[in-house]
Amino acid sequence: MPGILEDKDRIFTNLYGLHDPMLAGARQRGAWNATADILSMGRDWVITQVKNSGLRGRGGAGFGTGLKWSFMPKVVGERPHYLVVNADESEPGTCKDREILRHDPHLFIEGCLIASFAMQANTCYVYIRGEYVREREVLEAAVAEARRERLIGPGNIHGWDFELHVTHGAGAYICGEETALLESLEGKKGLPRLKPPFPAGSGLYGCPTTVNNVESIAVVGEIIRRGSAWFASFGRPNNTGTKLFCVSGHVERPCNVEEAMSIPLRQLLEDHCGGVRGGWNNLKAVIPGGSSVAMIPAEQCQDVLMDFDALRDLKSGLGTAAVIVMDKSTDLIRAIARIAYFYKHESCGQCTPCREGTGWMWRVMERMAAGQAEMHEIDMLLDVASQIEGHTICALGDAAAWPIQGLFRHFRHEVEDRISSYRSGKPHVQGATLLAAE
Amino acid sequence: MSVRRLSREQPASFAFSEATQADIQFWLGKFPTNRRQSAVIPILWRVQKQEGWVSEPALRATAELLGMAYIRVLEVATFYTMFNLEPVGRTLIQVCGTTPCALRGAGEVMDVCRSKIGPKNQLSPDGLFTWQEVECLGACVNAPMAQINDYYFEDLTAASMAQIIDDFAAGRDPQPGPYIDRANSAPVGGPITLTEPSLFDGSRARKVELPNRVQPEPAA
Repeated sequence: MPGILEDKDRIFTNLYGLHDPMLAGARQRGAWNATADILSMGRDWVITQVKNSGLRGRGGAGFGTGLKWSFMPKVVGERPHYLVVNADESEPGTCKDREILRHDPHLFIEGCLIASFAMQANTCYVYIRGEYVREREVLEAAVAEARRERLIGPGNIHGWDFELHVTHGAGAYICGEETALLESLEGKKGLPRLKPPFPAGSGLYGCPTTVNNVESIAVVGEIIRRGSAWFASFGRPNNTGTKLFCVSGHVERPCNVEEAMSIPLRQLLEDHCGGVRGGWNNLKAVIPGGSSVAMIPAEQCQDVLMDFDALRDLKSGLGTAAVIVMDKSTDLIRAIARIAYFYKHESCGQCTPCREGTGWMWRVMERMAAGQAEMHEIDMLLDVASQIEGHTICALGDAAAWPIQGLFRHFRHEVEDRISSYRSGKPHVQGATLLAAE
Repeated sequence: MSVRRLSREQPASFAFSEATQADIQFWLGKFPTNRRQSAVIPILWRVQKQEGWVSEPALRATAELLGMAYIRVLEVATFYTMFNLEPVGRTLIQVCGTTPCALRGAGEVMDVCRSKIGPKNQLSPDGLFTWQEVECLGACVNAPMAQINDYYFEDLTAASMAQIIDDFAAGRDPQPGPYIDRANSAPVGGPITLTEPSLFDGSRARKVELPNRVQPEPAA
């Protein structure tokens, strides 16, 4: 058996789309089973189950999902409650929510119903990134089907009036940040809001709102059906459950796979992806959680566990569990420069450190990738990175700084070598004598 | 940030087609009646489907439709990069150039586009194609990939990209999806997980007793 998770414990049984994603097939695979019973247990019971399962948000930050739900006001006041699902999956390396939306939409819709019930929301918006056209079509069809079968909608068979609306963005990475997503949903530019107030107090249209990732919502039904103890039995304490991993880059067979949390990275790559291209010894570095986290070098990959705490201890992070593998042929500086360009392109422009800093860091990284930089600029770059980090409204500034910091933490010598070899290859630099004379 | 401006050359007028108007009603139905602005992105997207791009008259018509100030619609159109502010070719090829795709050969795919179509972000001389380099499209395990018009073409090589471009040029309709032997995001050579038959034989649809059920209080 590859990996450590058995097939019987997998939640996303149609991950590869080999079976019918629509209602008949989804029911056959266990979706919408005992949903009415779940709702009949009451919202406190549902939230307790999710809390006990130890489910941490699957969108990158890893905040406890049950705890987040419990922040919603206990009583619905004048303002309605909303559940907003973040399907704006744009973190480089990540392609897990896409598979849920197009291959297991009913599991997801069921999760939306349960979550909305738990936080007393009658309306749920699903914000899909604009590029996912096929995924949106499948989800819309599944929603229409669920409405026709009165699984959702007003007066449905589950006894909780619930309307689910699918909407979409138009190509802005920043809208994956929860408050930027809310702005976008209100029909504005996706500029993140200052917190507090947090969405649970004032979110969509100023109403109490919870924003959850697709995967966090889609697993809820199965967690409750099988019991929180079942879900909590996978992974280490505080890092429990099963998780979709997206392995891309230099492995023999890149793929998505659902595995137990805390699976050793090496086992994940070798059992499911045919190992690193050219063998384990050909590994140079891995970005373990999407482009926003720092890379870890091959020697740390040897026995690191894929969970929130183990990767945090290495000053990286699990993020969205998007593993980007880079073998020895990789130009790491070029790879990180491309990521720096990504953040430069996707900065919303609201906060000066990020708007100016991402472009500045990209330009310096491009020069360093060519070797056309000065040695002292490395420290200057790290200084600037640390001034962007933590000084912006949202985490995009941090996310732009971390990959660069990660590169220099482990591969500073490579940048230095490139800078010195650029000089050594060019014996005379125009203007150098003038500079010396001054 | 990406700097984006409206095209210098603008049409004199714009009108929503009947199909677009039907779609607009569908989208407006999703939001509270006093929150029509929420539909601005989907509606601009429909406008782009109708015209191929979004022009200034279209922005003004959308603003009027939704009761928004023109500047608010302009902000949205220039902020979100999927809106084409200039006419594009009938076939719009958006190659993902971000690191996961770059690691697996997006550069070669873009070279093919460059040699067959011309420089990026420019309408080809025959008016059929525009190709762009875009940021992560979220299909990284199927890298390198490109979005052509609406759908994803995955696991490309220089050869398959060339073939796809030729097919579009010849008026054929190439199929989206992976261009190597694999099913969606399953590993090449077939899935090695999710092979257990009991997952799919309906045994999971049997009535389940919820664990951790709270027993009702016995009547006093």
